[in-house]
Amino acid sequence: MLSARRLKVGYEERVIIEDLSLSIKQGGITAIIGPNGCGKSTLLKTLSRMIPAMEGEVILEGTNLQQMKSKKVSQKICLLSQHNNAPGDLTVEQLVYYGRLPHKKWYESKTGDDQTLVDWAIEETGLTKYKQTPIAALSGGERQRAYIAQALCQKTDILLLDEPTTYLDVSYQLDLMELICEINQKFKITVVMVLHELNQASRYSDRLVIMKNGEIISDGIPNKIINQKIIQDVYQIECEIDQDPISNKPRIHPIQTIKGA
Amino acid sequence: MKLSLSNKYIVIVLSFFLLLFLVIFFTTIGSVSLTLEEVIQAFFSDEETVARTIVYRMRLPRNILATLVGANLAISGILLQSVMKNPLADPGITGVSTGASVVAIFIILVAPHWIHALPLFAFIGGALACGLVFLLAWKNGIQPIRIVLAGVAVNSILGGFISLLSILYSDRIQSALFWLNGSLASKTWDDIYLLLPYSIIGLIASLFLIRSANVLQLGDESAKNLGFNVSRTRLLISAVAVFLAGVTTAIVGVIGFIGLIVPHVSRMLMGSDHKYTIPFSMVLGGIILLVADTLARTVGGAIEIPVGVITSIVGGPFFLYLLRKKGA
Repeated sequence: MLSARRLKVGYEERVIIEDLSLSIKQGGITAIIGPNGCGKSTLLKTLSRMIPAMEGEVILEGTNLQQMKSKKVSQKICLLSQHNNAPGDLTVEQLVYYGRLPHKKWYESKTGDDQTLVDWAIEETGLTKYKQTPIAALSGGERQRAYIAQALCQKTDILLLDEPTTYLDVSYQLDLMELICEINQKFKITVVMVLHELNQASRYSDRLVIMKNGEIISDGIPNKIINQKIIQDVYQIECEIDQDPISNKPRIHPIQTIKGA
Repeated sequence: MKLSLSNKYIVIVLSFFLLLFLVIFFTTIGSVSLTLEEVIQAFFSDEETVARTIVYRMRLPRNILATLVGANLAISGILLQSVMKNPLADPGITGVSTGASVVAIFIILVAPHWIHALPLFAFIGGALACGLVFLLAWKNGIQPIRIVLAGVAVNSILGGFISLLSILYSDRIQSALFWLNGSLASKTWDDIYLLLPYSIIGLIASLFLIRSANVLQLGDESAKNLGFNVSRTRLLISAVAVFLAGVTTAIVGVIGFIGLIVPHVSRMLMGSDHKYTIPFSMVLGGIILLVADTLARTVGGAIEIPVGVITSIVGGPFFLYLLRKKGA
């Protein structure tokens, strides 16, 4: 449903992705991992039209993304970026309501249906008791949930997440990943996320895309593609890999970096 | 100091009535003191009394003009602050007032026979300078920081021209100084009729920009994600802001600090939502400039002080006080 064909992406003179193709099918959770600067966030932003591709194209349901109206795209794809700086005095309810804007013309105001959706999204993300709380008064994890609620309210088929768990405590990280899985299964929202944490990526994704230097090195289900060699190749670390008894997914234990690699 | 939702409405409505009251009440103050009774009589009688001349021909138009000017500059300020995501942005940063000044000073000093067309030419000068700033700032879209940098550069070049003109024609600088510091002295109903249509257009347009200004506050990526074309939205909001500052400056000259302080006070009381800050800034801008102008024409006794001098001298320390208080 969302695919990238022969993408070349970069900023000014610096090309980050030279030639990359990727196709996302409906339904699953795809995690993109790779070392800092490998182009994983750039790829995600290109998929969501935040950055225009220098060459190649992103196709959403048969149409080139660049030829679609920005509003139309925002009804189909939601990108939750890593840095969000909404004014702190916005309440959760107000923040979530912004998710309705892609579905409204500039002169239309909030309707009862919008309110129903806002309430629903807040309920689904477990924030009901914080509905009137200013977001500055929330913890990092709760705030991230509020943004997920906004994304739900946007009612898109595709949800792109740029390092959603960075800056969060481990308990909030777990919490958020569980929420993302729930959204994926319950509402059939296709999720593509960039993650830092290898074990999270392995445990919560159906498909893993490993990137290095702007290229996809490996792509497939975590159990098939994760092995010592690829981790060593991509991250220059020695590691041990076993199987997580709960998810039956591979679990990576970093041991040490390989100097001079 | 933030207000609850219903209190916000009450404060906006009350300040609106305060503004109406002040527009009338301040007509009693001046070199000739009048009682409120005399003022009201002057309104309702057709007799050309002295009181009627003072109220109707001099003080009332001036008060109404001050209200319009204050509202325009305050809205210009709050719109630009939302575009720049910078609480220190002021309409002047876009080059609009310096551009207007260069042209106005040129006409006043070098080509005084053009003086009748000064507002038009000053507006064109302001628009050109501002266009230049945005042109220099444009690079794959509009980034706030580049507007600020280009604005500083253009302002400094144009400032040089103003200094040059002032030195070359230092014998006639007196009249130019009033313009450079903004003055409502000897303004008449004609000036109001000139400014009013543009003010109405600009102020109403600002009400339609409330949602866009709010979305810009969420950050560029959030705004894009919600289907907004961020650069286009910035240009649109800037255009309205610059239009308001431009027409106002063209008629009354450069009045500083209103566009900076009013949005601040407004946000302190109303929060970040432009649904409240925009209407409140309009009213508050009117009140503050009206008070400043009344001071300008009274504190100096027989000497009229440019209102821009008052807003800067009183506004600067007040602004510092607000910043300190906010930090505490």
